[in-house]
Amino acid sequence: MSAATAATDIVETPLRRFINQFLEDRIAVAGLIVFVAIVVLAVLAPLYTPQNPYDLARVDLMDSRQPPGAKSLDGFTMWLGSDGVGRDLFSAIFYGLRISLAVGAISCLIAASVGMTVGLIAAYAGGRVEAIIMRLVDLQLSLPSVLVALILVALFGKGVDKIILALVLVQWAYYARTVRGSALVERGKDYVEAARCLGLSNARIVFRHILPNCLAPVIVVATVQTAHAIALEATLSFLGVGLPQTEPSLGVLISNGFQYMMSGKYWISTFPGLALLITIVSINLVGDRLRDVLNPRLEK
Amino acid sequence: MLAFILRRTGQGLLVVAAMVVLVFFGVHVLGDPVWILVSPEMTQTQIEEVARALGVDRPIHEQFLIFLKGLTQGDLGRSFVHGSPAIGLILERMPATLELAFVALMMAIVIGIPLGLFAGLKPDHPLARAIMAVSILGFSLPTFWVGLMLIMVFAVMLGWLPATGRGPVGHIFGIETSLLSLEGWRFILLPALNLALLKISLVIRLARAGTREVALLDYVKFARAKGLSPGRIVGVHILKNILIPIITVLGLEFGSLVAFSIVTETIFSWPGMGRLLLEAIQRLDRPVIVAYVIVVVCLFVVINLIVDILYSLVDPRVRLSEAKA
Repeated sequence: MSAATAATDIVETPLRRFINQFLEDRIAVAGLIVFVAIVVLAVLAPLYTPQNPYDLARVDLMDSRQPPGAKSLDGFTMWLGSDGVGRDLFSAIFYGLRISLAVGAISCLIAASVGMTVGLIAAYAGGRVEAIIMRLVDLQLSLPSVLVALILVALFGKGVDKIILALVLVQWAYYARTVRGSALVERGKDYVEAARCLGLSNARIVFRHILPNCLAPVIVVATVQTAHAIALEATLSFLGVGLPQTEPSLGVLISNGFQYMMSGKYWISTFPGLALLITIVSINLVGDRLRDVLNPRLEK
Repeated sequence: MLAFILRRTGQGLLVVAAMVVLVFFGVHVLGDPVWILVSPEMTQTQIEEVARALGVDRPIHEQFLIFLKGLTQGDLGRSFVHGSPAIGLILERMPATLELAFVALMMAIVIGIPLGLFAGLKPDHPLARAIMAVSILGFSLPTFWVGLMLIMVFAVMLGWLPATGRGPVGHIFGIETSLLSLEGWRFILLPALNLALLKISLVIRLARAGTREVALLDYVKFARAKGLSPGRIVGVHILKNILIPIITVLGLEFGSLVAFSIVTETIFSWPGMGRLLLEAIQRLDRPVIVAYVIVVVCLFVVINLIVDILYSLVDPRVRLSEAKA
């Protein structure tokens, strides 16, 4: 069989069409590559960074506030300088990325599960249940997320688990609204009617039949919300009500550098901020493209 | 129309009531504020006295009833830290915050609309592409980090503008403002720009989308055929029609400016109510947290109500669908 016929034998599955469409936009592909690179670098941070910023035996106060390019007492070059307690910033940034990404991803996963379940229940149950749920969603979405998150953190206190809880409570409403919208459309379709005629249970219809057909918009919301969660966590940590000093995410690093900024030591806040910015922009670029590709109204 | 306003006001009051209950009980689950206010040398009886003075030794439902009773008299409790009425503290700081939000809003309009108009009229111009790229960046940049960078560049490196605080304040019609003197403007410029950045991006996008739509309509072609100058077509005929959605959105966004000012005020040490909230959170000053939430939620409800009413005045279709629902 020749190569040409082999190529036509490949069935165009929806997934392949989706991938091809996504790849058409070079900027989005660049965003995806950068994002994947950031994730890989963050996960593998212990393998290549010159210093473990948590290992107090290796952090020397004599190294503190060194400008970019200075040599540390251990002999390695601190390309991005060091922070107020002598941590190498290059190492601290990639360790900080691990925390920022983990908090963002975990809170998004939980928020998506909670939001989708609630949204599906609202759409499928209808009536009073739906009215109450959607009122709650509207109420929450009418208030800015920073305000809601700050108040929740004020209620819960500091700590990784509490920040994640606050982020979940801020975000679930976006998923609930999105899923309900598409589930309402799906509910009226014939295959749902057919499933009901077969005598399938409500739970099975909702989660096995309706849910998979509502996933496309959820994926778009999830990418945007992950970026949002990372930025929100950084903001809270910067304000001193987020993650504690023992879990130095990017926001905590930036916050630590703030006090040195007035004396011209710009690098402590600038570089972690750039890392944060690149992460958020790359996720947003991917999200923008996903929105275009997955939007049924734009389908040819 | 009256029924519409009444129903919306009723809904707004319900929202405020729900938030009051949620936040009051939420805040009182927090750690014991007594331990922050007492010194380690105090004896047990002294500590109990402090608790009694603050009223936190009573059961929570009793505290809530006392709070509700005060609420009907416009009293939201006394700050644990400052000892003065919480609502007074907030109202005292409010002009600074509103001033900041107002200047930021003006910046969004003055900077955002011309850039958006240009990007919409000449979508393929390199400058227009640059404007759009910057506006995408504006959405992704974390506000607090931009604030730091503004301080670093304009205050530390260039030394052009002061980094923190509010300049000299003057009084006009009894309202405290720093917009009367040049010195005051120097202080407000950086924080307001920081706060405005997100909204500038938003206005650019709205203005661009609106312009692209409107510029293709027949009446614009007709105006051009009549020989009107391009300046008049853009300045009068196009601008007028893209302004309605922009004003609506910005009206709603004013509330979010007030909320985001928590971040900006902290960075620039702007003495507004956002910074007060943050201090209250850090010191577990319950009455101030509750009072802040009530004030801000009221502000939101009022803004939403005004925008709703204005919108229904402008667009009769909104009123009709509301009446049916």
